Amino acid sequence: MTDTRTKADTGGSTDAGTTTGPGVVRQRSAGPAWRSRLTGSAGSLGLAITVLWLSIIVLLPLAALTVHSFDDGWSGFWDAVTAPAALDALRVTVLVSVVVAVVNVVMGTVVAWVLVRDDFPGKSFVNALIDLPFALPTIVASIVLLSLYGPQSPVGIHLNATQPGLVVALAFVTLPFVVRSVQPVLIEADKEVEQAAASLGANNLTIFRRVVLPSLAPAIISGGGLAFARAIGEYGSVVLIGGNIPRRTQVASQYIQQQIEVDRPVNAAAVSVALLAISFATLLILRIFSERTARKEQASR
Amino acid sequence: MSRRSSSRSWFSVRRGRVAVALTALAAVGLTAACSGGSSDTVGGDAHSGGGQLTLFAYSVAKPGYDKVIGEFNKTEAGKGAQIQQSYGASGDQSRKVKDGAQADVVSFSVEPDITRLVDAGLVDSTWNADANKGVPFGSVVVIAVRKGNPKGIHDWNDLLKPGVEVVTPNPFSSGSAKWNLLAPYAAESDGGKNPQAGLDYLGKLISKEHIKVQPKSGREATETFLQGTGDVLLSYENEAIFSERSGDPIEHVIPPTTFKIENPVAVTKNAKNPTTAVAFKDFLYSQAGQKAWAEAGFRPVDPQVAAQYTKDFPAPQKLWTIADLGGWKQVDKDLFTPDTGSVAVLYDKATK
Repeated sequence: MTDTRTKADTGGSTDAGTTTGPGVVRQRSAGPAWRSRLTGSAGSLGLAITVLWLSIIVLLPLAALTVHSFDDGWSGFWDAVTAPAALDALRVTVLVSVVVAVVNVVMGTVVAWVLVRDDFPGKSFVNALIDLPFALPTIVASIVLLSLYGPQSPVGIHLNATQPGLVVALAFVTLPFVVRSVQPVLIEADKEVEQAAASLGANNLTIFRRVVLPSLAPAIISGGGLAFARAIGEYGSVVLIGGNIPRRTQVASQYIQQQIEVDRPVNAAAVSVALLAISFATLLILRIFSERTARKEQASR
Repeated sequence: MSRRSSSRSWFSVRRGRVAVALTALAAVGLTAACSGGSSDTVGGDAHSGGGQLTLFAYSVAKPGYDKVIGEFNKTEAGKGAQIQQSYGASGDQSRKVKDGAQADVVSFSVEPDITRLVDAGLVDSTWNADANKGVPFGSVVVIAVRKGNPKGIHDWNDLLKPGVEVVTPNPFSSGSAKWNLLAPYAAESDGGKNPQAGLDYLGKLISKEHIKVQPKSGREATETFLQGTGDVLLSYENEAIFSERSGDPIEHVIPPTTFKIENPVAVTKNAKNPTTAVAFKDFLYSQAGQKAWAEAGFRPVDPQVAAQYTKDFPAPQKLWTIADLGGWKQVDKDLFTPDTGSVAVLYDKATK
């Protein structure tokens, strides 16, 4: 389970690469030497290795999981996914993840903006800090938040076993997604266009709304989508602070774990497949969206 | 122009992907390296031999084994023995061993978790043929409450008062949960003579009003309670004693009528180190071992040792036992079998 999740995450990062692609490409005015170095095809052996590796690591386990979830037939699968406790866990998960994604979209854009456009002492330190949630084991995030917002909170804030607690924990671990996808686009963004708009009399809000935001939008949305996809499957960071209260703070990953512990693996597999479908749909929509905006930008140039 | 630039973007993306793939590999490698052993090793020094043992135990036994293993290492047979310990929900631990986890000694909360291994051919069917029936220590079911007992809980019926929230683990994974539910069941049904009365009580207790969380093990239930959830924690007496001694703001009530907890221990057939494993199991019954259990808050089975600790372990007015209810085989079949047992059905209905 952990491995598939890690894989899903990295798969997500690939998407970040493609969506921020147009911006990055514009900068590289490629010479012929650079191009010829990269035209070397890996050949059929390379292709075979790729397919084999992907099958072993991703496709076969996913297929096995899906088959397993139908061990009790279609009705067994349907019963497991529509059990009230399962539906509640999925509902809580999606709801909290949407909130987290929205929070990230706003805060992540602000953070990226400050990091790119402002200079202040300790900027590189703050910049490095952004990646900390990626490097930190998520369970550590849970302990960190529990010591600050738990029952023995030194600041008197108790978020333990509440939905706001879940949001804080997930916002912590998904912080880098939006920041890191918006940052490079913002660096590439043409300041001259903004200056031109200003000289034509546009105020700051108009410049942001009409000039900056459209160019940032694909990156913001893909970052937010990745944060959402990550939040949906997150386990470690919510396991301590979430409280695991069925119907209120139990997220889908905790429900899955519980079903395994009470020896109902088919239920666990069925809910896993539902979760997988949600994540996959999210990534797919993002991909379609980012490809379309990339095409649009291509056409406009 | 547009085509060329698009092909270039594809390459740059591809280059990005190689980097991402390498990062992914590194990440997977790191994860694998970090997620190594979850169990901790306690034991004497590795050089003096004595052998390595793997112990699979239920979660709440940890404070007991922390003491007992220290004492075992002081004996001739246990000198230098290293005991790898794994703790978790009793049923979950039992299924892990059945599914192939290597264990020399298993120590579960309830007998059916060992019976599962007997059925799987991993534990000899004579494991409980000794004088103590394979049970080296035990406890009683108690009601733990917040310090000062603000809700005035003294007996089983107090749990049904409106608004009283009870924390007890999930009986499908936890052994503790089964004991916790058997205690009021036996009390209300007069030791099983009137099963319906017992089930009526459990039907009221196992409802959305009283049971809102489903921790997987006794230990997790205690942690949930200590973090502020619920008014009442049903638990082992030893767990309540351990928590109180650690300074947690709780106290426990022994209800007038409660249930005797018997925690079985067995050596597996495929033990890698059978001599040390048997020596360790035998040590649990020895005077030193029994004293260590008593010191840790568990009720010893040796009458001589028990006599020395009567002050720590007051006798309730009435103590029902699993034998009074017809033995584990009967009780597990009637009450706890998933989908058919009457308590299992009640629990599923309330938590689904």
